[in-house]
Amino acid sequence: MIDAKPLPSDDALVQVRGLRTVLNGKTIFDGIDLDIPRGKVTAIMGPSGTGKTTLLRHVTGQLAPDAGTIHVDGRNVPALSRDALFALREKIGFLFQNSALLTDFSVFENVAFPLRQHLKLPEELVRNIVLTKLQAVGLRGAAGLMPSELSGGMARRVALARAIIRDPMLILYDEPFVGLDPIALNQVLKLIRTLNDTLGITSILVAHEFAAVARAADLVYLIAGGKVVARGTPDELAHDDSPWTKQFFGGEADGPVPFQYPARDYALDLGFPAAMHMAGAL
Amino acid sequence: MSAAGKSPSRIGESVAQIGACGLFLFQVLAAVPKSLRHFAETVRQIWFVGAMSLVIIMTCGLFVGMVLGLQLYYVLSIFGGTAALGTVVSLSLYRELGPVVTALLFAGRAGTSITAEIGLMRATDQLSAMEMMAVDPLAYVAAPRFLAGIVAMPLLACVFNALGIFGAHLVGVNWLGLDNGTFWSNMTSSVDVWKDVVNGVWKSVAFGAVVSLIAVFQGYTTPPTSEGVAYATTRTVVFSSIVVLALDFVMTAFLM
Repeated sequence: MIDAKPLPSDDALVQVRGLRTVLNGKTIFDGIDLDIPRGKVTAIMGPSGTGKTTLLRHVTGQLAPDAGTIHVDGRNVPALSRDALFALREKIGFLFQNSALLTDFSVFENVAFPLRQHLKLPEELVRNIVLTKLQAVGLRGAAGLMPSELSGGMARRVALARAIIRDPMLILYDEPFVGLDPIALNQVLKLIRTLNDTLGITSILVAHEFAAVARAADLVYLIAGGKVVARGTPDELAHDDSPWTKQFFGGEADGPVPFQYPARDYALDLGFPAAMHMAGAL
Repeated sequence: MSAAGKSPSRIGESVAQIGACGLFLFQVLAAVPKSLRHFAETVRQIWFVGAMSLVIIMTCGLFVGMVLGLQLYYVLSIFGGTAALGTVVSLSLYRELGPVVTALLFAGRAGTSITAEIGLMRATDQLSAMEMMAVDPLAYVAAPRFLAGIVAMPLLACVFNALGIFGAHLVGVNWLGLDNGTFWSNMTSSVDVWKDVVNGVWKSVAFGAVVSLIAVFQGYTTPPTSEGVAYATTRTVVFSSIVVLALDFVMTAFLM
């Protein structure tokens, strides 16, 4: 079993301590601690519904926790005013699972949107910056297209160009590989690693695809049952023999994470007389 | 659950909705100064909810005026008062029909599209994406549409009134043979600019604010599902129609 406790780190861009979240009566996080080191790609993995996207929403201040602190670059996000939160978000890029491109704007205008909203730059400079970012994601030629004309992989790359347009210190990727064919997946994967290395960005990657994560991430947190159940490099986790890592990375149907959603007795549900009689007798 | 058991929660939900809408109004008003930074977006919305509604407003205005002309000519002819046709038509349009019917048409044409557009933006995470880009959706999405409704509604009501009077003129003068000079002179001598025209404009401004607020609120707070967006657009038309008619009574009582 790999140590699930976060290592003490003075160089963590994001520090989460004692995070507790209850949504609709369900405990999502039960006092988790984790550190996201600067300049690294950190993957957050775990079964569906375990709260990975919720964690990203906490880090970006979209959702307040019930307890605990989330420090991003030294600032406790839940305690920030709306203006201070918006100032922090100007340094954060977020890649949504569904890309979340503005459907009324062209690819060029989508990527230029943060620049136009926050900076008064000459049009020539805006054009050059946007084309540079689109070139980085391989879509300079698609600048004039509308979002409805893009494939899923292209939309994801446009959203990535938009996320890095202001050279953020932190990028959060919410399931960037979902629905991508192998070619697009490899392109996005390569971009995540290249952008992180060349721009010195800190990245948090929420994903299910361990093979892809193993190629991109420096550090992996495995979250399940409201806790951090494992932490380590992809290689360490791949060779870990704890029930959690074995089930999750081995893709086993049953284990600590049950296959069946909690339900009453199967025979009772099917209305078998013997089972009903026994239940009545009990 | 019995019907009696349901009603308190429904009343509670309705009161909560009204309260939430009131709070939303304050949030939108607070975002108005920031939205002036996105003035081009406000102009785009005025074009979208105003200019794009012109065809339906002009067509309906024309037919409402023609029907008014026909009906009133018949009623007035019983009393030998057909000379007052222009006066009665214009007063009906300026004081009541213009602002109210325009508001109802506006709710159906522009209000529903505002709700559906914002609801789909919510469902496809576009509003969240704006928040993540440190762009306040209240200032960039909600406030411009709210302001556009306030600006566009009186202008549309004026167009509706003009086409309505033109329609009544077509029927009364061109078709039924009323004297053209009588039609216009009685109208201009009986209609008071401040009491009739301006009061109608005030009503339009109020209706524009109410309809666009309801449309934006419904879109902004809709559950991010296809069913949620469908219900929200329906609620926009239903709530807007009820509130416009109720507010019309209150304003008429105060402005008389």
